[in-house]
Parts: sequence; C-alpha cells; structure tokens
Amino acid sequence: MQHLDGNALAGALAEFFSFDVTTAIARCNGCGAVDEFARAIVFTSPAGTVVRCNSCDHVLATLVESGDRAWLGFSGVSAIEVRRG
Amino acid sequence: MIGRPSVPRSGWHPATVVANTPETTTAARLELDVDGWPGNAAGQHLDVRLTAPDGYTATRSYSIASAGPATGDTTRVVLAVDRVPDGEVSPFLVDVARAGDRFEVHGPLGAFFVWQPAAAGVAASAGDGEADAAGGPDAAGGPDAAGGPVAAATRPVQLIAGGSGVVPFVAMAQAHADAADATPFRLLYSVRTPADVFFAPEFERLAAASAPFRLDLVYTREAPAGWPTPPARITREALAEAVLPTSDAPLVYVCGSTGFVERVASWLIELGHDARAIRTERFGGT
Repeated sequence: MQHLDGNALAGALAEFFSFDVTTAIARCNGCGAVDEFARAIVFTSPAGTVVRCNSCDHVLATLVESGDRAWLGFSGVSAIEVRRG
Repeated sequence: MIGRPSVPRSGWHPATVVANTPETTTAARLELDVDGWPGNAAGQHLDVRLTAPDGYTATRSYSIASAGPATGDTTRVVLAVDRVPDGEVSPFLVDVARAGDRFEVHGPLGAFFVWQPAAAGVAASAGDGEADAAGGPDAAGGPDAAGGPVAAATRPVQLIAGGSGVVPFVAMAQAHADAADATPFRLLYSVRTPADVFFAPEFERLAAASAPFRLDLVYTREAPAGWPTPPARITREALAEAVLPTSDAPLVYVCGSTGFVERVASWLIELGHDARAIRTERFGGT
C-alpha cells in the first residue's frame, strides 16, 4: 500500500477541527518525537486512515468514516500544540 | 514568533468549470470559478468531491496552481490534474469536465506546504517559530528547535518537483514574482519528456521576471534535441549539483510521487541539508 503524508489529512480533519491539524505539533507516545502532523506517514484504505510516527512507526491516530459518523482516535499522541489565532 | 502562514479558513464551496484545456498529453488545466472562495496561500491544496446520481461520492486532493488574492480575482482557482488510469476522479476532471460543469471543492487546505513572501507580513512556514518549541508539548526540543534562528522569508528557496508535483510550485513562484521578492528561488523539475512539462510558458515568463527564479529541468525518458545530458532519472550527484548549496541554508520543498519524494528527501539529508528545513508533500502513485 502506497503511503502519503499528513498533508493529505487536511481536508478530512478540517471537517472536525477549527484549526489546521496538519501544522499542529504532536508528541508521539511511542518514541517521544515531537513533530507536525504534516510530517507523519499516512496510510489510507477504504476501511480508514492510519497515521504513523515518521520516527518510530508508532500509530499516532486513526480515522474511520461511515456515512454521517466518524471515529477519530489519537491513541498514540500524548499532547498536541496548536497555534492560536 | 517570527510568523506562520496566514491562510484563509477552509470550507465547502460550489465550483464551476470556466475552462478545461490540455496541459500535457495526460493532464488538463482546469480553471474554476469557486463561489465564496476566500483566497489561498501558494502551495495549498483543495479536495474535489464528485457526487454520483445515486449519492455515491468520491473525494480527491489537488494542489492549487494559483494563489490569491494577488491574482486579483479571488474566486478564480486553477488546478492542473494528471489523469490517473482507472482513477475515480481525475479521468472525469481531465477528459469529461467542461465549461459550466459544477462540483464541490473543500479548501483551501493545509498550511504546512506553503510559501509566502515577506511582504505579506508572514515568514515562510518552513522552520518558523523556533522560539515556540519551548511552549510545545515537550519543552525539550520541539520540531522547530533544530532549525535554529531563521529569517525564514529571506532564506533562499529550492523547489524540487517530480511530474505533476510541480503544481504547488507554480503558485509559489508566481507569488514570489508578484511580490517582486528578492529571495533566490530555484525549481528543479524532473519530467519524463518535453511534452510532460507543466506550465512551460508560465515558467519561461517567471524566469524572465525581476524576482530571481531559475528552472532546472531533468528529463527522465526523452530529452529535447541538443540537450546536454542524456535522459535519466535524477541521481544524488545530479541533485547535489542542481540544488542550492547547504551553505545557503535554503528552505527546500519537495513534491511528487511518494517514491520520488522519499528518494530526494533522503539524499538531501545525506548531502547535509537540515531535515527541519525540508518540507515534503507526497501524492502516492508510482
């Protein structure tokens, strides 16, 4: 499966968040790396999207969409830095 | 904070095709009129959503080749779409869509793969805000910490494109020219054949404009007659020769297929470029 990067999440996540998630900075639970979501590795399939740390491959987040519902998981992220304004 | 890209709020907007013209043998340039478009920064993308009569939808992301409001008419959005064989959206956009057709677009999207001139009052986003790392989730080294002090907007810019990955770069180069920005700008552009070059007239004009811009083409399958080097995929050595040297501390943007982007990005790091000053955008493919 050909992967993408976090830039590809901008549209899907803009449905749920009022800030641009791709420039938000997340800390990976797996290795402690701190990086923009845009630099994460993203795997998409009809079943959903998996976001992995570009340093240690740990799963940072998952997104599953079905009809009028969506399931967002941030199991691998301990904190997110968001710029105000 | 030195600055960060100031990008308009995204939303869904109805788009009407104004013109669909061939860009290359496999790609089309789509000029859209997007109702309520808030403008976009150079390098941003949008999502196109097509809806079938039975309600089935297909959504794909496309880089925006235009940047507003410098273009004057902010509802005008230009895309250049390469046909993906067996794709769900691109064959419609390239081969079927014609003036008057309507579909929905979501954007502008993404503030990471963006360049803005200093005149806009914001720095280029790469390496911005190194001071902000202390406020990040982990004070011991945010992602910008290694970037060092930067005057981002005055750092020279090296763009590296594979195939249709050049689309966001025509917007960046145009924004650079529109601002008469003195920052050195270079584009290294890998294409299969001369017929596959996107935005050839635009790049020719940009190279002649007052803002410093240089285009270096690498032909991988077929080169024009008299071209100094035989067609070949780019190598690490060719990359090292064509890109701005590490001593210039350039911001580097790489866009193309996943394989191209990762090959180039790993070479750049091997050549000594600062990983934090390299921004990548992958569009999958082969």
